[in-house]
Amino acid sequence: MKYWKGIEELENAPEFMQSAFAEFMPVKESYESKDATSAPRRDFLKLMGFGVAAATLASCETPVRKAIPYLNKPEEIDPSISNFYASTYFTGADYNAVLVKTREGRPIKLEGNPESPITNGGLSARAQAAVLSLYDGGRLQNFAIKAGNGHEKVEQAALDQAVRTKLAATTGRIAIVSPTIISPTTKKAIAEFAARYPNTTHVMYDSQSVTGLLQANNGIVPGYNFSRANIIVSLGADFLGTWISPVEYSRQYAMTRKISRDKRSMSRHYQFETAMSLTGSNADIRVPVKPSEMGAVAVALYNAVTGAGGASAYKNDKLTQAAKDLTANRGASLVVSGSNDPAVQALVAAINQALGNLGTTVDLTAPSNVRQGDDARMAALVNDMNNGSVGAVIFYNANPVYNHPLGQKVKSGIAKVPLTISLNDRLDETGMLCQYAAPDSHWLESWNDYEPKRGFLSLAQPVITPLFSTRQAQESLLRWAGNNTNYYKYLRASWRAITPSDSAWDKVVHDGVATGTALAAAPAMTAAALSPAAAVAQIARASKPAANAVELALYEKVGLGAAGCESNNPFLQELPDPVSKATWGNYVAVPRKMAIDNKWEQGDVIKVTANGYTIELPVLIQPGQTNGTVSIALGYGRTLAGKAGDKVGANAAPLAMATANGLQFSNVVTLEKTDATSPIAQTQTHHTIMDRKPVVQENTLVQYIKNPKEVTEYEKVATPDGLEKPNKVSLWQDYQYNNHHWGMAVDLNSCIGCGSCVIGCQTENNTAVVGKQEVINRREMHWMRIDRYYSSDHHKDEFETVGKVGTYAAMEDPSDNPQVIFQPMMCQQCNHAPCETVCPVLATTHSSEGLNQMTYNRCIGTRYCANNCPYKVRRFNWFSYYSNEKFETVNGHMFTDLGRMVLNPDVTVRARGVMEKCSFCVQRIQLGKLEAKKQKRRPMDGEIVSACAQSCPTEAIVFGDMRDPNSRISQLLRREDGERAFHALESINVQPNVTYLTKIRNAESEFFAKENA
Amino acid sequence: MQHVSAVREPLVTGGKTLHDVTQDICYQVEAKPNIRWMAALSVALFFLGVFFYSVYRTVWYGIGEWGLNKTVNWAWDITNFVWWVGIGHAGTLISAVLLLFRQKWRSSINRAAEAMTIFAVICAAMFPVLHMGRPWLAFWVFPLQNTYGSLWANFNSPLLWDVFAISTYFTVSLVFWYIGLIPDFATIRDRAKGTIAKFSYSMLSFGWKGSAKAWSRYETVSLILAGVSTPLVLSVHTIVSMDFATSIVPGWHTTIFPPYFVAGAIFSGFAMVLTLMLITRVVFRLEDYITLEHIALMNKIMMVTGSIVGVAYITEFFIAWYSQVEFEQYAFINRATGPYWWAYAAMMTCNVITPQLVWIRRVRYSIPLTFVLSIIVNIGMWFERFVIIVTSLHRDYLPSSWAMFSPSIIDIGLYLGTLGLFFTLFLLFAKFFPVINMAEVKTILKYTVDNGPTYNPKKAAHAAPAPQPAIHGAPASAPVNYNKHD
Repeated sequence: MKYWKGIEELENAPEFMQSAFAEFMPVKESYESKDATSAPRRDFLKLMGFGVAAATLASCETPVRKAIPYLNKPEEIDPSISNFYASTYFTGADYNAVLVKTREGRPIKLEGNPESPITNGGLSARAQAAVLSLYDGGRLQNFAIKAGNGHEKVEQAALDQAVRTKLAATTGRIAIVSPTIISPTTKKAIAEFAARYPNTTHVMYDSQSVTGLLQANNGIVPGYNFSRANIIVSLGADFLGTWISPVEYSRQYAMTRKISRDKRSMSRHYQFETAMSLTGSNADIRVPVKPSEMGAVAVALYNAVTGAGGASAYKNDKLTQAAKDLTANRGASLVVSGSNDPAVQALVAAINQALGNLGTTVDLTAPSNVRQGDDARMAALVNDMNNGSVGAVIFYNANPVYNHPLGQKVKSGIAKVPLTISLNDRLDETGMLCQYAAPDSHWLESWNDYEPKRGFLSLAQPVITPLFSTRQAQESLLRWAGNNTNYYKYLRASWRAITPSDSAWDKVVHDGVATGTALAAAPAMTAAALSPAAAVAQIARASKPAANAVELALYEKVGLGAAGCESNNPFLQELPDPVSKATWGNYVAVPRKMAIDNKWEQGDVIKVTANGYTIELPVLIQPGQTNGTVSIALGYGRTLAGKAGDKVGANAAPLAMATANGLQFSNVVTLEKTDATSPIAQTQTHHTIMDRKPVVQENTLVQYIKNPKEVTEYEKVATPDGLEKPNKVSLWQDYQYNNHHWGMAVDLNSCIGCGSCVIGCQTENNTAVVGKQEVINRREMHWMRIDRYYSSDHHKDEFETVGKVGTYAAMEDPSDNPQVIFQPMMCQQCNHAPCETVCPVLATTHSSEGLNQMTYNRCIGTRYCANNCPYKVRRFNWFSYYSNEKFETVNGHMFTDLGRMVLNPDVTVRARGVMEKCSFCVQRIQLGKLEAKKQKRRPMDGEIVSACAQSCPTEAIVFGDMRDPNSRISQLLRREDGERAFHALESINVQPNVTYLTKIRNAESEFFAKENA
Repeated sequence: MQHVSAVREPLVTGGKTLHDVTQDICYQVEAKPNIRWMAALSVALFFLGVFFYSVYRTVWYGIGEWGLNKTVNWAWDITNFVWWVGIGHAGTLISAVLLLFRQKWRSSINRAAEAMTIFAVICAAMFPVLHMGRPWLAFWVFPLQNTYGSLWANFNSPLLWDVFAISTYFTVSLVFWYIGLIPDFATIRDRAKGTIAKFSYSMLSFGWKGSAKAWSRYETVSLILAGVSTPLVLSVHTIVSMDFATSIVPGWHTTIFPPYFVAGAIFSGFAMVLTLMLITRVVFRLEDYITLEHIALMNKIMMVTGSIVGVAYITEFFIAWYSQVEFEQYAFINRATGPYWWAYAAMMTCNVITPQLVWIRRVRYSIPLTFVLSIIVNIGMWFERFVIIVTSLHRDYLPSSWAMFSPSIIDIGLYLGTLGLFFTLFLLFAKFFPVINMAEVKTILKYTVDNGPTYNPKKAAHAAPAPQPAIHGAPASAPVNYNKHD
């Protein structure tokens, strides 16, 4: 039986047979028109598609890009070539000689000036961040005159006219209030002003005053040289962080801590202090004392060192040991004190004298000028302002309403002074109250000279024309004094004596530093120095707070300073405190015992009251804080600083004690709990190392000397050839580096944890600021961080040998007076990088020079690399930090054309959703290589330096080419291989290109061995 | 009518005739939606709205809307991803592995289970895309041709393997499911009265005629697809587990992960199938098709896989101790005693202890207890992934970076949102698609034309609808292969 599909099949027609077995019936090609004039259908569709696409594209507006070419190209500016100019940073009593990196005429980065004999190429975090302050939109942008509650814009000439008239009519005393001025020419200008208006006095005050030290040394701050000290005893002086000249001292200090095969000795550092300071956390032996005990400590030390047999109210074995060490190192020891009590400072001076340290570690001939403030003079002025005897007051970069403990009295005083003028850069708490505001230009827009130390001079030169209608304060004063010279000419004239020839002057401008002296002698102090006996008697007489009273110690933050002049700098607000790792705001640091006794948790807000003034701040439990004391940082709680700096923390300055002996930055306070809580934004919330030796290693000097080869504990793995270092075994083929192999070495013994590198990295690499809430969310963007670990009383063996449950939980609690270790942590540029294998799109790859590269354009943001990074150094762009309005307050500089001028054009601003991390400053490497290539040579060692290594004041970070056998890093690694060199987490065999050198503590002697046993 | 074996429990109870089957299952599709379905769909749609809002916030503002941080870079996103992929495992297991093993009982549940697989994989696929910082560039993970020379996907990355594993799994599952649906769509098409319905189901049934050749091909394709998807059941979760196992994070870097994850996936998949089946059978009155026997069988599979998972948990601890690697040891000490101990406790209780109750026959056959149990297992398996991901990440190598994770409202919204998406899809499926494979169920009816009614009323005392008069002659699409009766 057969069914036909159709009549064709039945008939078996030949046409049918042709196609019967084909799968498809032939289709008549009917659509192909033979008519050439009509458009075929497909062509029509093509044309229509093109037409629609073209119309759509044409209707899109081309974005307008503002790129205006030079009409006349400045000779010294080449697009994309950086120019460096030497200058000087001196703000908030922090002196740094700097090199300003400018691109296309705008300053984008500050680096240390290696020519400077004082800062030697190091730079403090504050100075690193200062370039951002230039572009601070919160600065006052024109001259202004008070009108109602605010100020209104006024022409400079009109203001000059009004001020001159009023000054001439002033009958009472005219006061110029400023922080310490170390500029000889500025002082000359002030003197000229005083000559024109004879009843003028210049009053200097420092928000972190050292009047006591000045008094004890006949009006000078002695020049200290820590590098020649074998034994360093500090009575509360935070000389590595904030005290007088920290960059200089850090470098000197680190010189005594560098240790190697060639020098197996190091200094021993005792620290007696209340709060856990940066310096205290670096000390070999740290003794917590109350502020009220500091006098007794000084007396006890004086008695022990000099053998004066007076009774000592303070007894401590460690103090006895310190005295023993000091006397054993006569002429090679140093005692310093951060106390503002002239009696304590008199004793310290006497101890140094008794130890024969004058001329070795204490240099009275080259005193430091950076602190000249006299508390008594300032207090007298405040009184005079209030009793109406002051006719005019000029605030020259001084904000006493905010940062002086008598701020409220200054405020009431200003109301009583007939003429008030502010030269401050913004309408701050003081400037707002003044009738006239003649804002000073930023130092990067100004000429000036400085004499930070007698005999050492440096210059500041403008690197950009003033951004706003501001004028240098010196020029304002000169004009008001009737001298219309431009300040540059004035400065040049005053330097004729030092640099008579223009070529000599040009050299100083080029170098930024010079030797010679120009500053007049320091004014005599209002009170004379005390004799040691009188000092002992005065300390004995001083009233002691009750034993159960809570004592407050006020301190200065390493990042922000006490004066509040960098408060609106978000880089510094977000720089973690080196010890507590807290950002964005101050807090009450309390010892753990006090928190437990009062049932306070971290973040509980408490009221702190002293002098009838109350502030509310959250509690932070700070290991190392002396029992019975609390500490609060100065420099917070600004109300008129600008967008980023306002309402961050609370102002603690009024809690200081104004005594007959000057200001004392301690007081007795009452504490009261409130119901509120306020989380503290810490970048590290887990504080102990949990006995993880593979992460960071330390040893004692005794052990190190005994057997330098065994000092580092390496994890070994079992191989057929016995136990081997993990990197001897690998499943992977190693990369071959034929040209360069970049590497970094970090000496944990020289690293003091100051955080200068963190800011150096941030300014170099355009890293976003994320603000308090995002830090609380643990999303800070710093490419480089400094991990800080406290020691714990509990150890892993309690679990492993005794099997004690809860050991690990107990290990999370730091000791009450812990040892501290800092570990700078940045991308380790692993040779076997775990991040590289897991990226699905190859956005992170290995370079032929050993770098672990991140290609932002290719990144799709799976964050797998960050999970797989054992060092957790990868940072993800959770938001669009440059355009999301949530970040406008804190990251404002990326939002405006003005602020964006600070961005480094060599580094991409990362988009939302991509991963970023330390690149070893690949842009600097490329630049160095290109420069060398142009000159047909290989890059020289030291020519290519990462931003962190550049800014490190202690030279703890060494960067270079490990393929070059003569480079500093190669020599260092050869020397330390098997001794102090280790990789973090060596056992997981990711083979980092960053090597750490073990920290060595010099705390173990017979005495301490006994105590530790 | 229905022939009942003297020795075996019938796979379908209630004395169903072929027509009954058609009638019962098509009824849901043809009837007006009932109020319970409408109510359920409204709830699901609300959560779908939550999902879209959360997606908007995530894509518009960035991943910062979630609770992640620099230490914990994955949390709920990947937890949800693995959880959904795991749930998506039971469908293929039931349709493929049980088909190959000739487990006839699977016929009543495979359709819904496969649908669940597909919807779960859709939900799962949301997360790898949404968790990207720049989801609009998601296509870069495919090895596409481009003009950048050597720029290519990284074949070393487990995330890339995931892309292939998930997409293959999804494609095969979808095809398998759809092929099975075609005869049933044809049945509905043939019964449809409205024009739209007729047209839609015509399109969906691809012109199915029910010829013997078509049936033969149907069976062949089913068998081939079953063969293809069986290895996928193992491969998908193996590869998902490699996201963790190939990393160096303590707690992730574990060779036990592939079998452990596969067992966990089947475990959670069956739990989800049970949850859904227990609801569906009540809502759509399918008690005769999804019998207590089905529930008991699925319970047993759950217990076995749950026990495998339990052994895996203990093995991890043993290996942590045995390895003497301090980071590994701490990862597990921290898991059990650290700040996330409660998540670990929840996981252990839900996944290891509760499934052991299934040993008790009464629990195994109890509908309410099974329902509760299935929910507990779903919760437990979510916690398992949370524990693995978050407690491993939050404290890894450097104590300085240790951090806690807490979800943001958007994290929660996305999770609830995918539940909304899932249930929306499932409810639409349940309403418009035949939830039980009519064609296949008909093959397991003990039906004979010649012997007449042999239904034993004693055996079906609880049968809900009274047996309807027999209508002789096979329905349009029912294959009645008399020789294949067993």
